[in-house]
Amino acid sequence: MATADYPLEQPHRATKEFSLPSVLHEWIVTVDHKKLGIMYIVASLFFFVVAGLMAAVMRAQLAIPNNTLVPPEVFNRLFTMHGTSMVFLVGMPFLAGLANYLVPLMIGARDMAFPRLNAFGFWIFLFGGCLLYFSYIAGEGLAGHGSAPDVGWFAYSPLTERAFSRGSSTDYWTLSILVAGIGSLASAINVIATVFTMRAKGMTLLRMPLFVWLLLVVSGMILIVMPPLSAAQIMLLLDRYLGAHFFDTQAGGSAVLWQHFFWIFGHPEVYVLILPGFACASEIIPVFSRKPMFGRAAMIGATVSIAFLSLGVWAHHMFAVGMSARSNMFFAASTMMVGVPTGIKIFNWLGTMYGGKIRFDTPMLWCIGFLFQFLIAGLTGVMLAVAPFDWQLTDSYFVVAHFHYVLLGGLLFTYFGAIYYWFPKATGRMLSEKLGKWHFWLLVIGFHLTFDTLHFPGLLGMPRRIYTYPTGRGWDTLNLVASIGVVFQAAAILCFVWNIVQALRKGKEAGDDPWDAWTLEWATTSPPPEYNFVTIPEIRSSRPLWDRKHPEDPDWKYE
Amino acid sequence: MRVRVPEEGPHRATYMRVEHRLLALAFGGIPLAMAQTNNSVENMFKPVSTPAQHIVDVSILVLAICAVIFLIVGGLLAYTLVRYRRRSVTDEHEPAQVYGSNQIEIAWTVLPIIVVLVLTMATARVISAIQNRANPADALQVTVVGHQWWWEFRYPGLGIVTANELHVPASTATIQKLTFLKLQSADVAHSFWVPRLAGKTDVIPGRVNTMWLEPKQTGTYLGNCAEYCGTQHANMLLRVIVHTPEEFEQWAAQQKTAAVVDPQVQNGRALFLSLSCVNCHTVSGTTAAGTFGPDLSHLMGRETLASGAIPNGVTNLRSWIQDPQAIKPGNLMPNMQLNDKELDQVVAYLGSLK
Repeated sequence: MATADYPLEQPHRATKEFSLPSVLHEWIVTVDHKKLGIMYIVASLFFFVVAGLMAAVMRAQLAIPNNTLVPPEVFNRLFTMHGTSMVFLVGMPFLAGLANYLVPLMIGARDMAFPRLNAFGFWIFLFGGCLLYFSYIAGEGLAGHGSAPDVGWFAYSPLTERAFSRGSSTDYWTLSILVAGIGSLASAINVIATVFTMRAKGMTLLRMPLFVWLLLVVSGMILIVMPPLSAAQIMLLLDRYLGAHFFDTQAGGSAVLWQHFFWIFGHPEVYVLILPGFACASEIIPVFSRKPMFGRAAMIGATVSIAFLSLGVWAHHMFAVGMSARSNMFFAASTMMVGVPTGIKIFNWLGTMYGGKIRFDTPMLWCIGFLFQFLIAGLTGVMLAVAPFDWQLTDSYFVVAHFHYVLLGGLLFTYFGAIYYWFPKATGRMLSEKLGKWHFWLLVIGFHLTFDTLHFPGLLGMPRRIYTYPTGRGWDTLNLVASIGVVFQAAAILCFVWNIVQALRKGKEAGDDPWDAWTLEWATTSPPPEYNFVTIPEIRSSRPLWDRKHPEDPDWKYE
Repeated sequence: MRVRVPEEGPHRATYMRVEHRLLALAFGGIPLAMAQTNNSVENMFKPVSTPAQHIVDVSILVLAICAVIFLIVGGLLAYTLVRYRRRSVTDEHEPAQVYGSNQIEIAWTVLPIIVVLVLTMATARVISAIQNRANPADALQVTVVGHQWWWEFRYPGLGIVTANELHVPASTATIQKLTFLKLQSADVAHSFWVPRLAGKTDVIPGRVNTMWLEPKQTGTYLGNCAEYCGTQHANMLLRVIVHTPEEFEQWAAQQKTAAVVDPQVQNGRALFLSLSCVNCHTVSGTTAAGTFGPDLSHLMGRETLASGAIPNGVTNLRSWIQDPQAIKPGNLMPNMQLNDKELDQVVAYLGSLK
């Protein structure tokens, strides 16, 4: 085979040796969006496993009443670190990783607009994550108190003030979130600049894949909602170190002010987290239904309106703080309004599947799980939006079940779908369908055992964040069942890790386009070369690969 | 259903070694055989008070609407999955490419908006019914003060101060008895939640919140602090004891009397008053006038100790004073390092405070 008749887009084979130091050096100094994307995702999965193990310890503690497996202060650290990690060290970097890896490929660009800023964003996020966990070692502080933070992930004042939180654990929490927030901002600015300036010829905004649209909206939201959080964190630091009294109620500060600041960030943040999940579903569902996205324009409109509405609903986290009846009515109404564009999205996914030829490959299975579970999560969300109902449900296990339905049953399922869908692109290897199905079904069983069950103790008066509970309140069996579900969830995650290890070692070759998909990332090799595309393709519709595969019936004739 | 569990003997040390804990967990045992207080299932859907009833009324409507939506959308989803599955692996023929339909988009935008309007109006009505309720002059007024990790109840009109167990009268067919609570915090944010009586309202420092109850059935109703407030958030339990109006008058009259002075426990009384217990606790008619801890004037009239952590009784009281940190680790009551004789005397004195 002496001919050099390779397809044009075959990557250049690396000729340098693969010694550990050279590989490490390559990954540490890289500014390649794909390497950074993978690093974001690997770091995110690492923190996911750590925070998941913390959840497992908490469920073990709560499996039986009056358990003394972990003492109260350890339990309180566990739920604080679990929540903080899952939001800031798992959800945020995973979305940054996806955006980094996929946005340039999908819009036909060679890299992100600011590659060095991109690398900076990753390393500062990782530093923030390590800083948070460093508190376990160094949180003792001068006053000799505490280890990891134990104020809960939304850290209501004045519990975070020096009078109630001595030592430096709360400072580690504050600083690590500030620092990780810089990473999120960097990545958001980068996505926006990339999308607006680096699209391939012919890729108008309306022809952009929905994934890119949603990530663009998410990035815009990050720019709006991170500053209030950072401001609040800085005010808290000023309170703790310079005697400011923003939230120090003993000196006339306001406890409710913190809650407003936090949730002005915190609620849009929920959409920042879930919209990338929608983005993945909006790519996967059409491909596996073999139909274009139903109502593309409506999907984009719904996304933008979710983003707008989500900025005006924050105080539904605060129905019980004693706001006026009028404020409660406003926030109840605005919150329910979010259900309308969210409903439009679910209906459009349904419309895409309707009349299709649905393939039940693993990525699609995850999306189907997502649709059912997110439907339920949305409906329990409507219940929580009804302020009087919320007066019973808020801060109870019902809320715990609700947001785990959103973030685990919704977001995590789409992310697993995304991993099964794009892993072949990133590595050139297929994940095993068989192990993938074990992974899926074990997680479905575990998820429903745990989180369906956890709605009910909330209705029976069980508050969240308690390290133990007495018997006789009707909570015992429900909690035991919920804890048993964790065993299945852990088994599912083991299948997932094993699947990845096996695929990397001896997975089936993926080829450029294993799913017969339509967006640009499938036009290049798997894995793509550093420069992504030899020639930047010209785009005429929202499904460039459909046009290429069906020259007799191209999309651009209809769009 | 209420089951009375007999009070148990002294407690073993609360915290065991790690391997014992793991063993205990593995065998499903309850490592700490802590005597259980008289507990019951507090289902929010079995309200016994007007605001809780309002909430259930609107909740049923919401649940019904959500159930209908779930059946329709879930049914459509299931139908689509079955009907439009790819029937043969070899079928490579692409289905008809449909890009959308404006009429359908409008339909599934307008219908949800109508549902939202209905729900908003129902919600606003109930918010108004609960939040805009006037505080009548003849209502019982109680000031609730949340502390890390116990509840203080003050009845300014009656001159009563008590802790952890709120006593209120029930409305009868002929007499309406409302209780208005003024919620304040001495330290961090807490939340007052007794599911069968009302929704929760946060108890926030530097702020006065209000809520009201109108119990219609006598009995004991349980609740919890529902806002994370630090180490012992889990053991900041609440009991509301609803009396008939006559019983409530009797209870109030009894609470208004000064603490018992029993000459038989004179030594214990002298010892108690000489210790720093008095810096935090009040016993009416003595020099003990501290306000950081619960008022002890009628301690033995309460069902539980340590904000619901253990049932009240002389044996448990002794274990509690001997080492409060073993029973409720992290709570703010220190171990007073009393010897057995001193313990006996103090417990005898406190045990006399009916």
